[in-house]
Amino acid sequence: MPEEPVAVVGIGQTKHVAARHDVSIAGLVREAAVRALEDAGLGWADIDAVVIGKAPDFFEGVMMPELYLADALGAVGKPMLRVHTAGSVGGSTALVAANLVAARVHRTVLTLAFEKQSESNAMWGLSLPVPFQQPLLAGAGGFFAPHVRAYMRRAGAPDTVGSLVAYKDRRNALKNPYAHIHDHDLTLEKVQSSPMLWDPVRYSETCPSSDGACAMILTDRAGAARSPHPPAWVHGGAMRSEPTLFAGKDFVSPQAGKDCAADVYRQARITDPRREIDAVEMYVPFSWYEPMWLENLGFADEGEGWKLTEAGVTELDGDLPVNPSGGVLSTNPIGASGMIRFAEAALQVRGRAGEHQVDGAARALGHAYGGGSQFFAMWLVGAEPPPG
Amino acid sequence: MPDVLSAPLVVEFPFTRSLGPVQSAFLTGLRERTVLGVRADNGTVLVPPVEYDPVTANELRDLVEVAPTGTVTTWAWNPSPRRDQPLDTPFAWVLVRLDGAGTALLHVLDAPGPDAVRTGMRVRIRWAATRVGAITDIACFEPYESEPHGSEPASHSGEFAEPVTGIVTPARLDYVHTPGRAQSAYIKALEERRTVGERCPSCRKVYVPPRGACPTCGVATAEQVEVGPRGTVTTFCIVNIKAKNLDIEVPYVYAHIALDGADLALHGRIAGIPYDQVRMGLRVEPVWSEGARHVDHYRPTGEPDADYDTYKELV
Ligand SMILES: [Zn+2]
Repeated sequence: MPEEPVAVVGIGQTKHVAARHDVSIAGLVREAAVRALEDAGLGWADIDAVVIGKAPDFFEGVMMPELYLADALGAVGKPMLRVHTAGSVGGSTALVAANLVAARVHRTVLTLAFEKQSESNAMWGLSLPVPFQQPLLAGAGGFFAPHVRAYMRRAGAPDTVGSLVAYKDRRNALKNPYAHIHDHDLTLEKVQSSPMLWDPVRYSETCPSSDGACAMILTDRAGAARSPHPPAWVHGGAMRSEPTLFAGKDFVSPQAGKDCAADVYRQARITDPRREIDAVEMYVPFSWYEPMWLENLGFADEGEGWKLTEAGVTELDGDLPVNPSGGVLSTNPIGASGMIRFAEAALQVRGRAGEHQVDGAARALGHAYGGGSQFFAMWLVGAEPPPG
Repeated sequence: MPDVLSAPLVVEFPFTRSLGPVQSAFLTGLRERTVLGVRADNGTVLVPPVEYDPVTANELRDLVEVAPTGTVTTWAWNPSPRRDQPLDTPFAWVLVRLDGAGTALLHVLDAPGPDAVRTGMRVRIRWAATRVGAITDIACFEPYESEPHGSEPASHSGEFAEPVTGIVTPARLDYVHTPGRAQSAYIKALEERRTVGERCPSCRKVYVPPRGACPTCGVATAEQVEVGPRGTVTTFCIVNIKAKNLDIEVPYVYAHIALDGADLALHGRIAGIPYDQVRMGLRVEPVWSEGARHVDHYRPTGEPDADYDTYKELV
């Protein structure tokens, strides 16, 4: 028996901001879930299972938040699962939910990811003072900045490219009412003159800390037929992992990322991603990761990714728009960031992205990564049901 | 088995928590010696109150005030209180159904011993002298002979002057940490100013620091290999923001350094050269500080830079 086709029929996000002091964590996730149900025209009773994800428990210090959130997400009497893959978790959570529908375990699944960074301490949660070890010298930016320099050296990229990505994503965010950073006065000069935090990474080229949640309703063919709005169809989805550190690890273009993309393209029968994919929502927490992932995901040959960015190909009106929503650079509730990529890809092919809609987007890729570039999750969604 | 190091590891952090409307009313109420519950869709009064109905998932906002007296529904004796528990003398953990409530609240009962505690006993709240809007505003429960209230709890607006909207919840975890056999040997060698890794018997790669196993081959490693002391900067960044609890002046260079003979880079600080003159391929050597377990930083050796092709696989 072939897999059940999976449709995205509901999407809900909170307005992402620096701090939501007005709601509890339960209140935050509830807001996104209710919006997704409204979009799908469904109620709590229509949901068969709930799959949630967030960053490590230490971030907010709530151990096993899925237990405390069962009431808020209408999960009582239903299966509730938690997925846990660091920064990629929003993507893997959506894929676990999609697999439950594809395997006909459940017909309609609510999937949700969140982070309340204002109440968390990501730095503390990730950098414990381990005895006998030298203290970490540099923080998250310091972890990734040397890999950016390695990319620049390997690709021969001019040092101006990072600013172009940050400027583009923050301009796109102005068209997305849910995005955290809305800087109407931003200019390219301001991005370029922002201080270097971890040279070669500028302050303006790093992601913010956000409070937010994102929810989706996934359902089967019969559920899609009842949807009040056009669904997005899942044409392919995959996850891959590799160790954080090993001899021969390529931090600039990890093998697990290449393998994950290849698996998704095989499922979706994509042979030329650059021409066959209309929009990409990729996980870019530091601006230089756009050209790096363009290569890793097969949109450009090795060393050529920055040329697409520099030529404007990834702009909202370019022929491969990347992060029309404004991306992680404009909105980063860590655990939710991956799911926002997946949801924004789905909004594009549903034609429901509003002002940041890519005209006629028929196929879009959602991408997430996490840990020390060790977890990857991606899906490809289309406006039409998958063939067969 | 060689000596394996171990040391205590205490992880402690004060998390902040926004309360939302229902928990805000509940905790502010405690500050005012008022216990609030919420009426669920089936009429049951839940204490402590929750934001969403456990059965229907509907939003719950119908607050009611319950009595400060109640009945113990079950209990467990705690003969040896631990740090930060509500009482520092032996006490009973109790579930108390307050008069007017349909569910029980977890707290502690001040009683002389387990013989003085029974399911069904009547108790009342002993309020803390100083109340701030926290569950600890209830200092504990104490025995109190009385008849259960039969009356319906009255509605409450949940509104108070100067409501508490957030709390701080400290979290503390106590571990004993051991770095294991391979890292213990590595750390001990560092005391002799030697850097010792381990070679994988399968792929022959040399891991520094060693983890006792090869992450790609999944086999144990045992063969010790001394590497360095010199190495090559494979990549780096210039850190311009001062990290908390770290006594290093900015800017400084944080680099990945492939020690000669190692098959992956380790991380370290580069000094002894202006920060803006550090480059990929720079040859460096360790500088040790007296009595320290670790290399303090690396400095240039003065050798010509390594050719990119000789280290590009290690970037
Ligand atoms: Zn090996």
